[in-house]
Amino acid sequence: MTAIVFSNVYKRFGRLEALSNINFTVPEGSFFGLLGPNGAGKSTLINLSAGLARASQGSVSVLGNDVQRDYRKTRQALGVVPQELVYDPFFSVREMLRLQAGYFGCPPSSHSYIDELIERLDLIDKADTNLHDLSGGMKRRVLVAQALVHRPQVVILDEPTAGVDVELRKNLWQFVSELHREGRTIVLTTHYLEEAESLCDQIAILNHGRVVAMDEKERLLARHPHQFLCLTLGCEGKPLPSALAPLVVKQDGCELTLKLKRDQDKIGAVLDALRDVDIPILELHTRDPGLEEVFIDITAQTNEVTHG
Amino acid sequence: MGEVYNPRGMRTLFEKEVRRFLKVSIQTVLAPCVTTLLYLLVFASVLEDHIKVYDGVSYLAFLVPGLIMMTVIQNAFANASSSLIQSKMTGNLVFLLLSPISGVEMVVAFVAAAVVRGILVGLCVWLVALVFVDVPLVSLATVLLFLVLSSAVLGAVGLIAGLWADKFDQLSAFQNFIIVPLSFLSGVFYSVESLPGIWQAISRFNPFFYMIDGFRYGFFGVSDVDPELSLVVTLAFLLLVSGVSLLLVRIGYKIRQ
Ligand SMILES: Nc1ncnc2c1ncn2[C@@H]1O[C@H](COP(=O)(O)OP(=O)(O)OP(=O)(O)O)[C@@H](O)[C@H]1O
Ligand SMILES: [Mg+2]
Repeated sequence: MTAIVFSNVYKRFGRLEALSNINFTVPEGSFFGLLGPNGAGKSTLINLSAGLARASQGSVSVLGNDVQRDYRKTRQALGVVPQELVYDPFFSVREMLRLQAGYFGCPPSSHSYIDELIERLDLIDKADTNLHDLSGGMKRRVLVAQALVHRPQVVILDEPTAGVDVELRKNLWQFVSELHREGRTIVLTTHYLEEAESLCDQIAILNHGRVVAMDEKERLLARHPHQFLCLTLGCEGKPLPSALAPLVVKQDGCELTLKLKRDQDKIGAVLDALRDVDIPILELHTRDPGLEEVFIDITAQTNEVTHG
Repeated sequence: MGEVYNPRGMRTLFEKEVRRFLKVSIQTVLAPCVTTLLYLLVFASVLEDHIKVYDGVSYLAFLVPGLIMMTVIQNAFANASSSLIQSKMTGNLVFLLLSPISGVEMVVAFVAAAVVRGILVGLCVWLVALVFVDVPLVSLATVLLFLVLSSAVLGAVGLIAGLWADKFDQLSAFQNFIIVPLSFLSGVFYSVESLPGIWQAISRFNPFFYMIDGFRYGFFGVSDVDPELSLVVTLAFLLLVSGVSLLLVRIGYKIRQ
């Protein structure tokens, strides 16, 4: 089963093509990271799935139902945490959550689940406070609770940790991971790439409204043509051999990081070059690139392509 | 559309809209009553002896249904329109748009809440007026019927205006250049019979004229046109404006990009 399918999706705002020819699938049960620089089209893609916007072309389906034709089913299946910190200043946290549950047709018996959400998101003290009087981080937590009141199978979080302190970020990820373990599909956008790397099992990278990479996280990282070689040298102030200089990406005293192209720059050759000039190697290890490096490379490459 | 019907969602939205205006009832219920009171005091002292309307009906008594209707019109309009524009501007409309509530359900909920506000405000103004003026009552059923229908009409018009307006000043332009003139020119303060011929004819194209005329018939048993005609015109207008608002909500006019 697939949670969300985008087929040939285009979205235009006047002359701006915010999304073009989007084709991919979010597998059911996955923890899906939707990444991309500002303005890449992540939120637009989410809005299309949630029915907040309509595709100019193509179709989106959620759990096998078309988001336009079977909107009741698809909206019931989705829980969306919007990127903007929006709230209704007329109501308290509990009132708002109950209203939202009501919109989704949940009976009053769902109120116990609302209390559970309030507890798990650490909002007990604020449950009867007007939303207007909450801090930004608290409002963010209410948005998360609001997205979950109807127990959706697919949860979409659009930058849920923007403006949230470290402690709360950790709690939030723990909570979202629990939701994932309970069998829900999670779709996440974030600019914190280490977080995406540790949480997600699937990654799509958007740039200028196009999907520029889309794979399981492990494969995406492994496919990357570079690896890093970290060296600690017996430092005697000797200059490095000139052949190595272009490979160095970081030098901190005697600690050196080199970026090697897997099929071109061999580790053996680097070591030979150092031995030739009598620089002793005290320690050595290799490191695969992280998501952040992969992300930067891929978006830079695709920027070159689109800007000629 | 969509096979599953979501009555609980619709009711929740309706209740939310009612609670929203009750939370600020000083502004939404009390203020209109005070305004009406002021109108009555001013007109009582200035105009009482100068204007002749129906035989056997004092001008002040004649004025009361018109004032009630004018208040109902403004409040029913304000309910849906101000709620919508606030939700659009603060962005919290997204909570409603994310939920499985259909266009019909949304229109019914907004219009019904406007009707509740219209009836509540209308009855309050009526009670306040009764303290000062002796107003006859020929048919309570007619009065209530026109009260409900007119509130519904303005609820739907408010919905349309709230969807259309992007800013508060656009909304108040809609109110000041369409709603207020139409209600003032519909015979709130005078019998249309007393107008010169051309203005009488023009008044016949104003749907608010029929709302007020039918409403007034319920009090005095006298009116400018046949109350059945007023009923038909009001119903037809209700059908038109709720049809338009439903269409706009369905296509997501200015709310779904
Ligand atoms: N309602 C709109 N009208 C016109 N243009 C829009 C609208 N919504 C989005 N856009 C444009 O579409 C593009 C994609 O925007 P989107 O919000 O999807 O980016 P994003 O990937 O979510 O960025 P961010 O990381 O900053 O949230 C941007 O160029 C944006 O200006
Ligand atoms: Mg965004």
